[in-house]
Amino acid sequence: MKTLPEPVEDVVVKLLRLANTKLPADIGWALEAAAGWETGEIACTQLGAIMENVKKAEHLGLPMCQDTGIPVFYVKGRFDSSIAGKIAAGVERATKIVPLRPNTVDPLTRENQGSNLGQGMPLIHYIPTEDDFTEISVLPKGAGSENMTRLGMLNPADGIEGVKRFVVDSVLDAGGRPCPPSIVGVGIGGTSDRCVEMAKEALLSPLDSENSDPVLSKLEEELFIALNSSGLGPMGLGGATTVLGVKARKAACHTASLPVAVNIGCWATRRASARITSDGVVYSQGAEI
Amino acid sequence: MKPLRAPLSEADARALKLGETVYVYGNVITGRDEMHVRALKLSEEGADVPKDIEESVLFHCGPIMVQRDDGSWSVVAAGPTTSARMNKLEPEMIRRFRIRAIIGKGGMSEEVSAAMKEVGCVYLAATGGAAISMAEGLKRCTGVEWLDLGMAEAMWRFDAERLGPLIVAMDSEGNSLYEKVRRSLVRTP
Repeated sequence: MKTLPEPVEDVVVKLLRLANTKLPADIGWALEAAAGWETGEIACTQLGAIMENVKKAEHLGLPMCQDTGIPVFYVKGRFDSSIAGKIAAGVERATKIVPLRPNTVDPLTRENQGSNLGQGMPLIHYIPTEDDFTEISVLPKGAGSENMTRLGMLNPADGIEGVKRFVVDSVLDAGGRPCPPSIVGVGIGGTSDRCVEMAKEALLSPLDSENSDPVLSKLEEELFIALNSSGLGPMGLGGATTVLGVKARKAACHTASLPVAVNIGCWATRRASARITSDGVVYSQGAEI
Repeated sequence: MKPLRAPLSEADARALKLGETVYVYGNVITGRDEMHVRALKLSEEGADVPKDIEESVLFHCGPIMVQRDDGSWSVVAAGPTTSARMNKLEPEMIRRFRIRAIIGKGGMSEEVSAAMKEVGCVYLAATGGAAISMAEGLKRCTGVEWLDLGMAEAMWRFDAERLGPLIVAMDSEGNSLYEKVRRSLVRTP
């Protein structure tokens, strides 16, 4: 979808509407494929209910899940500091008109302002580049999956086998809580904070895009097979579809460290991007960062 | 595909079999963390607690609601939330209010299962994220309690019609589908 130039606040409202009401095509295809190979009655009921709900949400233009999440933003390209205020204004307006559920609260008093704003929100990651566009991506992250996040500071001697075990244990211990079939974001290396960030960034990658790093690509495939052989299944009720995809990223780390992070995306891993140039705005649901 | 009419009796709950698919009709209330905390606190203090919590069908859900111009509410999206967050509160909730059915996702602990067995209560698994289909099943909002807790945490009342599909994932005899799946998980590598 392409539009004429429009204010950033309007772009953010459109992004939040798009992400919450329309499942990215690659995830829809993965669900259809899963429904084809599942044989268990309960697993098929779950996948059928998911696909029916996705169709209804898109048709009605309403959020597919009541947990419209905490919107995590990624801003890439050229921008100035005024963009933060514009994104915040967009979040506040989208909360009223999409509508989104007011989710953000004070962590201790639990007070809810009703706007999805509040201290430190919205969360925006900045990636400045020399490109002649501004690209805003949003990943609305629900709590069911986010609460299952794990960081492991492994020993370097644990190696890639240790990484695999950590990911498999994290996903299987989460059980039905993060709404499987899920998408598993894996961060390897970096510092502890960067590792968790990478695990979440990985969820922005479309399922049909291949990892350019052959070692990570192989790891993704092995984890995909291991997790789908586990028997956990849709909603943890048993079946052959525990994950729709595994996406991994890595960064250099300290010689004495091997950080691994797992950030799970539910089946409704919602994402949308807008590339803004002087000509207008192009919306998509598969831009990588 | 069994229709289940709420309110349920103890016998209704005890008659449900593990793995069965049901649809709920009738009175359903919502409750998450904060609703559980408040209901238990008020009850312990001897204060008034909404009567319809007694023997209810309790849906672990924080819906998106919109208020119409005449002040009434309509439901936009209402999928289940992760039930395990209420693991510590639910046994007491089930015993005190004789909850007959819990609708949620992800399952609950053995302590909850024990309380369900004792009182006659089942756990019905809804499809996580299927918020539009579930909102259609909730049909009509008939009231709200404790809106000061916020939209997600308030206790909403609904008149449901064909709410589901729901799987009997924990029965009133202490059996759990989640436990069965967990015990047979294959961990490789």
